[in-house]
Amino acid sequence: MSAINARRTSSAVAPKARGGVILPWLATPALVVFAAFALIPLVGVLLLSFTSWDTLGEIKLTGLESWRAVLSDPGLPHALWVTFLITALSWAVQTPASILIGVFLAGRQRYRELLAVLYFIPLLLSSAAIAITFKALLDPNFGLGAGLHIDLLNQDWLGTPSLAMGVVIFIVSWQFIPFHALLYQGGVRQIPRSLYEAAELDGAGRVRMFFNITLPQLKYTAITSSTLMIVGSLTFFDLIFVLTEGGPGDATRALALDMYKRGIQANLMGQACVIGVILVLVGLALALLLRRLGGRNPNASQLEGA
Amino acid sequence: MTATHTSRAAQRTAAPGAHGRRRHKPASQRPNWLAGLMGWLWLAVVIIPIYWIVITSFKTQSNYYITNPLVPPGDPTLDNYRLVLDLDFPLYFLNSLLVAIGTVVPSVLFAFMAAYAIVRSAGASRFLRGVNSLFLMGLAIPLQATVIPVYLLIIKLQLYDSLTALILPSVAFAIPLSVLVLANFIRDVPKELFESMRMDGATEWKTLWGLAFPLTRPAVVTVSIYNALQVWNGFLLPLILTQSPDKRTLPLALAAFQGGPYGVNVPAVLASVVLTILPMLILYTVGRRQLLSGLTAGFGK
Repeated sequence: MSAINARRTSSAVAPKARGGVILPWLATPALVVFAAFALIPLVGVLLLSFTSWDTLGEIKLTGLESWRAVLSDPGLPHALWVTFLITALSWAVQTPASILIGVFLAGRQRYRELLAVLYFIPLLLSSAAIAITFKALLDPNFGLGAGLHIDLLNQDWLGTPSLAMGVVIFIVSWQFIPFHALLYQGGVRQIPRSLYEAAELDGAGRVRMFFNITLPQLKYTAITSSTLMIVGSLTFFDLIFVLTEGGPGDATRALALDMYKRGIQANLMGQACVIGVILVLVGLALALLLRRLGGRNPNASQLEGA
Repeated sequence: MTATHTSRAAQRTAAPGAHGRRRHKPASQRPNWLAGLMGWLWLAVVIIPIYWIVITSFKTQSNYYITNPLVPPGDPTLDNYRLVLDLDFPLYFLNSLLVAIGTVVPSVLFAFMAAYAIVRSAGASRFLRGVNSLFLMGLAIPLQATVIPVYLLIIKLQLYDSLTALILPSVAFAIPLSVLVLANFIRDVPKELFESMRMDGATEWKTLWGLAFPLTRPAVVTVSIYNALQVWNGFLLPLILTQSPDKRTLPLALAAFQGGPYGVNVPAVLASVVLTILPMLILYTVGRRQLLSGLTAGFGK
């Protein structure tokens, strides 16, 4: 099939005649690995959701049994709610902060360049390392609050459901704001200077320029950033697993953790795959929604445009 | 709108006095004190936990309980590091290194070849357009949601509990973003250069490695560091696809260390955290400029 296409290409675009034959082959290694370990599992997760498998025995086709079990489990709406909260709240915290920091870092002052270097450090740490660190920092007996004798900081952070959720949001923001700020920094630097110069002639102040020029111009950056943020937060696993293991109780048992607990810990692979399918569908739906919001697909035009 | 514009402009030319100049100095030339303050505040939020990790890792366990957490130890000790190094951390380190190299090299090479093909065909090949859409879709799908089938696949391939089991899916997961960023850079290579290579009778294969690859080296560095970070810090795949302690990578070892008998020794746990960050910190120091500018350019176009 590729050969036919290549030939058609070469006849349509004469100068590419020589390359037309080999180009599709260049994409093959990437395609093969991606197909084997991303596409096949993607189909596999759907197929396995109609089976039951306990990792030792045979994989048995059981129709909708796993789906029925998961959908009637009161744990599912709870996990969905927890995932929604984490996704929505971490988006709501990270986006304004990342935009402000990104605009700040877009300035060419030397001290801001130094700050940019330091801001990035949390991104070098694994979620496991971060979770371990904050677990110790927030320890009610020996943590930062206790050591500095600041009562406000000295709460049972990870033992109280609402506080534990807040801690997760805070740590996620601490970890990922640097990355998104970087995206916004790049976005701001691409806004034509002339827009600001014109506004300054009009006597617009900094705040007005921010709301009338910077924010609207960052639309596509915001869509890219939000897509990565939302799809990423659907599958937050490492941090929650090490920090709270879903606790206290089920307070931070998000979908990805629920999938792990059903599948790897309880050996209910069929049910875990049902959760996997739900995650894929929700992720895909949200990504498409965000793309629609953009009016065009910025990624596709990046790749296909001139 | 126009009226305001002219009247303001008139005002500015009419009042060049000291008072007028200060009032009308454009926003871009005034220092933004508020932003500066917030900037330093955010630095504090970022740095205090990091600072705390480092100083605490040099404290003795008994000092940890009684000293002010934000004051460096008066008598720093290396005992925590010695303990951690005696506890198989060098092995976990080696595992992480092997998995990182085993993932980064193929993922970047394969992604580069694919990105080159996608850019050079300029949408003329339906096959490559399809491949491109597929990778873009891969960006929108939470691939971690498919770990159970990956687990089954790895068992069927008889790779369970091996480092290869970690490498293969990691390469696959790294490809979509790598292709996107690399393609953005390859597109910046002037078309005339490709044209002159073609005139000289060079094949695509030769043009790829002789022209495009050297010219986009910053992007290759960016993507390599980014992928290395992802794999180095990866947790879910090692957790699910391995079980023997001697196959652990660093993040898994950290979690096991903290959950194990030494977990109460917080300074030792933090010393292990420092050791896991160190290589990434070195990589970041070396490739920082390229990583930061490369990521913004790769996404932001």
